[in-house]
Amino acid sequence: MQKIDLSETGLRAMNKMLHGQSEHTNQTTWEIVNPKGSHAIACGLDAPIEVTVKGSTGYYCAGMNQQATVNIHGSAGPGTGENIMSGKIVIEGDASQYLGATGHGGMIVVKGNASSRCGISMKGVNIVVQGNVGHMSAFMGQSGNLVVCGDAGDALGDSCYEARFFIRGEVKSLGADCEKKEMREEHLALLQQLLDEAGIDADPTEFTRYGSARTLYNFDVDNAGAY
Amino acid sequence: MNKLDPQGIPHTTPRQSATFTHDINSDIRRAAATGIYDIRGGGAKRKVPSFDDLLFLGASISRYPLEGYREKCETTVTIGGLNAENPIELDIPITIAGMSFGALSGPAKEALGRGASAAGTSTTTGDGGMTPEERGHSSKLVYQYLPSRYGMNPNDLRKADAIEIVVGQGAKPGGGGMLLGQKISDRVAEMRNLPKGIDQRSACRHPDWTGPDDLEIKILELRELTGWKVPIYVKVAGARPYYDTTLAIKAGADAVVLDGMQGGTAATQDVFIEHVGQPTLAIVRPAVQALQDLGMHRKVQLILSGGIRSGADVAKAMALGADAVAIGTAALIALGDNDPKWETEYNALGTTAGAYDDWHEGQDPAGITTQDPDLMARFDPVEGGRRLRNYLKVMTLEAQTIARACGKNHLHNLEPEDLVALTMEAAAMAQVPLAGTNWYPGKSGNSF
Ligand SMILES: Cc1cc2nc3c(=O)[nH]c(=O)nc-3n(C[C@H](O)[C@H](O)[C@H](O)COP(=O)(O)O)c2cc1C
Repeated sequence: MQKIDLSETGLRAMNKMLHGQSEHTNQTTWEIVNPKGSHAIACGLDAPIEVTVKGSTGYYCAGMNQQATVNIHGSAGPGTGENIMSGKIVIEGDASQYLGATGHGGMIVVKGNASSRCGISMKGVNIVVQGNVGHMSAFMGQSGNLVVCGDAGDALGDSCYEARFFIRGEVKSLGADCEKKEMREEHLALLQQLLDEAGIDADPTEFTRYGSARTLYNFDVDNAGAY
Repeated sequence: MNKLDPQGIPHTTPRQSATFTHDINSDIRRAAATGIYDIRGGGAKRKVPSFDDLLFLGASISRYPLEGYREKCETTVTIGGLNAENPIELDIPITIAGMSFGALSGPAKEALGRGASAAGTSTTTGDGGMTPEERGHSSKLVYQYLPSRYGMNPNDLRKADAIEIVVGQGAKPGGGGMLLGQKISDRVAEMRNLPKGIDQRSACRHPDWTGPDDLEIKILELRELTGWKVPIYVKVAGARPYYDTTLAIKAGADAVVLDGMQGGTAATQDVFIEHVGQPTLAIVRPAVQALQDLGMHRKVQLILSGGIRSGADVAKAMALGADAVAIGTAALIALGDNDPKWETEYNALGTTAGAYDDWHEGQDPAGITTQDPDLMARFDPVEGGRRLRNYLKVMTLEAQTIARACGKNHLHNLEPEDLVALTMEAAAMAQVPLAGTNWYPGKSGNSF
């Protein structure tokens, strides 16, 4: 295992080392200590490596991640995993706002709660939150799945497109054009698969599915009041 | 018209209201019929104070000119040398502005790349991501980082020669993008991860940051993602140029792209285009002042856009302190947009060459702002590229002509002292003397 003390190595040198890992690197496990809430830790990784950050991270940890697994043993700052393409991010603590914003693929797992705008503009990422999510989660969500084992705040899925939301607890309110959907066999199977992949034990039948009512897809003056 | 009524009283002549003009009345009738605001492409059509209100003085006894075809007048510009390992080196200070694939066809994007590369300058992606034809044909490609993040991915990011964080556009400061359903082809839909045929409203605000402190961290992330190799530009609308430039510099931008209200857009509400933002002429000096106040003028480059059409505009922008300019609409016209040769087809669309602005409808007779395969096939990207190259060369020659006449051996040496203004408004905005005086409004210590 490779160990990096961020307070000694510095952000640039550390990220450079991680970016230098190739597809076939044999240095597949990395540990970062003393992150002290620094920003942009392990962003832009693109190799099948596993990086564990021992502590809390600032903005944009594991941003635009490809292939790598990034574990955060602490809480994660705003925009963690923004635009993630593939790979996995696991946050042991809580996640701040805009978690996985515009993520195109891969998975983000939060063991605690995620703040507002979780999964904003998501474009294919799967996000599984064991606790609750804040207001405006999955705002303008385009595709992918947001699974919440706890409750969702106000305006869930506002102006969403084809993204799916599975919520076990209460939804404080639904956003514009977001509605409750039927939970069919294929959804139960998908949800089970997502929970398994996230390593979270929950019963898919306890969840409710939400998604776009698709009434705002093309402009109609009669809907102007919805915005 | 001097009709008399039965009592022999003369009528007044019918008088058109200056408030309720024919144009305004047609707007009202259109709104009443449809219930939807008017959406269109292009920039502000109203007349605003502009570079046309400025004149160069040229050389005289106190300044000597440079020989037209003998003495060199340099045109190169380096952008982003402050932090980037590989700054952008351009042969000419005229760049191609970001225009989205989706708004423009693939071949039109290719032509922009071809023309810009042949003229030694850069082109820019747009809302909708990077296409291979554009990357392939652009020797220097600036990758836009927009609120929508359509097509955003780290592989393309690392293929870019510079990154432009788009905060705003002059045509619609505070507004997002709009691509109506009829232009969402399979390819456009796939690049944007959205269903075909739906209206796409790009966000007006970035999803994962707000304000200058966040922007600083976002710039850090983008630098880390790209190994500090390429410059990071920040594009803002000409809304509050002094503060926006100050904050962009504070956040660590290598270049500031400033877009005035005449700046074109692919599509937005007409009311937005005509009523929000400031004229290009009015935003240069405050931005340059901000750069100077921070000791960053010529270190952080200022790229000005919004209604740039000729070498005279380029020279004026540079004399007021810009390092380079960007063109959108003018480039499209060079490619063949709004060409009178399509007049019958423009008429069939209820418009006329020069006024066609329904770029969002995808029916462009010139085959440029469309995704319709038949219309697209009318446009030849090689010929389009050649025309754009020619136009860029002409603009450069024109700017050099003016600079030499002012005795300057580099376009960057043009200065406000080379200019006078034709109107009080222009004098105030450009802070150069009203022609025939040594005064401009707001100039301290010197009054009538
Ligand atoms: C068809 C078209 C599409 C545009 N798309 C974008 C875009 O995707 N992103 C952006 O920042 N600006 C976009 N713009 C604005 C230009 O980047 C630029 O600011 C503007 O065109 C400059 O003004 P000008 O057209 O008068 O030269 C677009 C403009 C046009 C005409």
